[in-house]
Amino acid sequence: MTKQIIVPFGPQHPVLPEPIHLDLVLEDERVVDVIPSIGYIHRGFEKLVEKREFTEYVYVAERTCGICSFIHGMTYCVGVEQIMKIEVPERADYLRTIWSEYSRLHSHLLWLGLFADSFGFENLFMNAWRIRERILDVFEQTTGGRVIQGTCKIGGVRRDIANEKLAEMSSNLDSIRKEIEDLINVFLHDDTVRHRTRNVGVLSRDDAYHLGAVGPTARGSGVAIDLRKTGYAAYGKLNFSVVTDSCGDAYSRCLVRCKELFSSIDLIQQAIRKIPEGPIDVKVTGAPNGEFFCRAEQPRGELVHYIKGNGTKFLVRSRIRTPTLSNIPSLVKMLQGCELADVPVIVLSIDPCISCTER
Amino acid sequence: MITQEQSIIPIDVGKLIGSVEQCRNEGYRLVQIGCTKVDDNAFEINYSFDKDYVLKNLRITVTGETEVPSITGMYWGAFVYENEMHDLFGIQVKGINIDFKGTFIRTSVKYPFGVTIVKGEKP
Amino acid sequence: MGFFEMTKTALKTVLSRPATILYPYQPAKKTGLTRGHVAYDGSKCISCSICQKKCPSQAIVLNKEAKTWQIDRFRCVVCNSCVETCPTKCLSMDTQYTGPAAEKSVEVFTITYVKPVKPEKKDEPGQ
Repeated sequence: MTKQIIVPFGPQHPVLPEPIHLDLVLEDERVVDVIPSIGYIHRGFEKLVEKREFTEYVYVAERTCGICSFIHGMTYCVGVEQIMKIEVPERADYLRTIWSEYSRLHSHLLWLGLFADSFGFENLFMNAWRIRERILDVFEQTTGGRVIQGTCKIGGVRRDIANEKLAEMSSNLDSIRKEIEDLINVFLHDDTVRHRTRNVGVLSRDDAYHLGAVGPTARGSGVAIDLRKTGYAAYGKLNFSVVTDSCGDAYSRCLVRCKELFSSIDLIQQAIRKIPEGPIDVKVTGAPNGEFFCRAEQPRGELVHYIKGNGTKFLVRSRIRTPTLSNIPSLVKMLQGCELADVPVIVLSIDPCISCTER
Repeated sequence: MITQEQSIIPIDVGKLIGSVEQCRNEGYRLVQIGCTKVDDNAFEINYSFDKDYVLKNLRITVTGETEVPSITGMYWGAFVYENEMHDLFGIQVKGINIDFKGTFIRTSVKYPFGVTIVKGEKP
Repeated sequence: MGFFEMTKTALKTVLSRPATILYPYQPAKKTGLTRGHVAYDGSKCISCSICQKKCPSQAIVLNKEAKTWQIDRFRCVVCNSCVETCPTKCLSMDTQYTGPAAEKSVEVFTITYVKPVKPEKKDEPGQ
């Protein structure tokens, strides 16, 4: 009977963007079992809803995560608007879609950099982040903040983008697309990258569906779930296809995210062509009374905001369920049977965003 | 504008396992298990399932002492939500496949969400 | 065999300018909309305290009797709510970030607004 030892992975590890603790049970160099443990970043956001009015809670919801902050704010606003039966003007819908897709671009580029760092390719990491700087510049020029945008509010958006600026953004996207193509070429065709990611962390299609995997983790295994197809914001009027791959290993998850980059650029250019003129917000009176499960597609998967109000200015309950919390069981399944050196690659391939997970 | 259909079905605690097994056989996937505090000692637990973008919620109402059976027999990934529910609200769940016994989320106050501050109090 | 895919990008990086800015020796990138810090003009403030009610992090405290308006720069999240809701536009957003400090402190401003005296209404002739 070989001896089993327990090696702790995290909470501090050079590869992890945020602290998560995994206890790896090893036999020689093979991982036999994994015990996850979270709680290092629990800030008690859901308790704060009892002390902040529902119009001010947008700022709190936005600060749940630094990478996917715009979509958190937008999902909360869409949820409250559905309860209060408010119809947002069309221009606001298109603007929200444009900022969401820029958010997705910047999150996937950040992930590509971290993924390259996980198997030691630092040059590629820095090049991916150099392209990401151009996206953050666009955020700063249109909203005033690089990381936390602060433009969503209940009833619409707070800032408008002038039409000349939109045309400039559209032509800049063409040069960004050219740079991304050069970068993706290395990720998908270089032998060193392929050697580290092919057949590593395999998740079968059945497992992915029944364990509750969402986002590119599920789409890399062939399960075609993409919440943008339900048509919130302006997605119902734009056409795009869901990107899937069938192998289920770390290479397919990387491939899915790379293809989504091009799909996002396409969506932004479509939205800029179709955006109508008009107001950007409506006046909001009253307080929400009712409950709603609002779902949206974050770069990492399916986000659920459950909002319950009872007619006063303070909400009763706001529950945020983020995609990484749902991907943790799949992570546990993927890690069983792999080598110790593959653990960082697999942990990063589900795109862990632990600050969202623990709110 | 939005076509996110959803339905909330209230059921008994005793019928929970039967309904969840039926959902599993029909091909639903588990979205989340969420808990809301309604009264002094009453909690509402929502089990959300999704198939083809249609959301179906099963809702049970329990007190702090009720023992809720675990659904990890049918949905292996539910242990994350059930441990979190136990650590934050103090709800007893029986039979989880990976039971952390209170160490999943470590907070300085045990069961912090079990206490509600009445609305309107400024800090 | 895909061995030299990175060569093109690597050569381009070596031969071009660095992509990083040596902040704080060089100034940070800024645009017209950058949210740096909140600037206050004491001569236009009418002490309505709407900014205090709208602030989500409770950074603004207004004292009507003592005529002071104070802001805690470290609590402020530069969300722009106070600037948008101020009725007399005495608050504005400046693009310079708040610098680091060794200890937490509060900035206090005095309100110097004087309500203008309305001219006496003359009776209209023939009324």
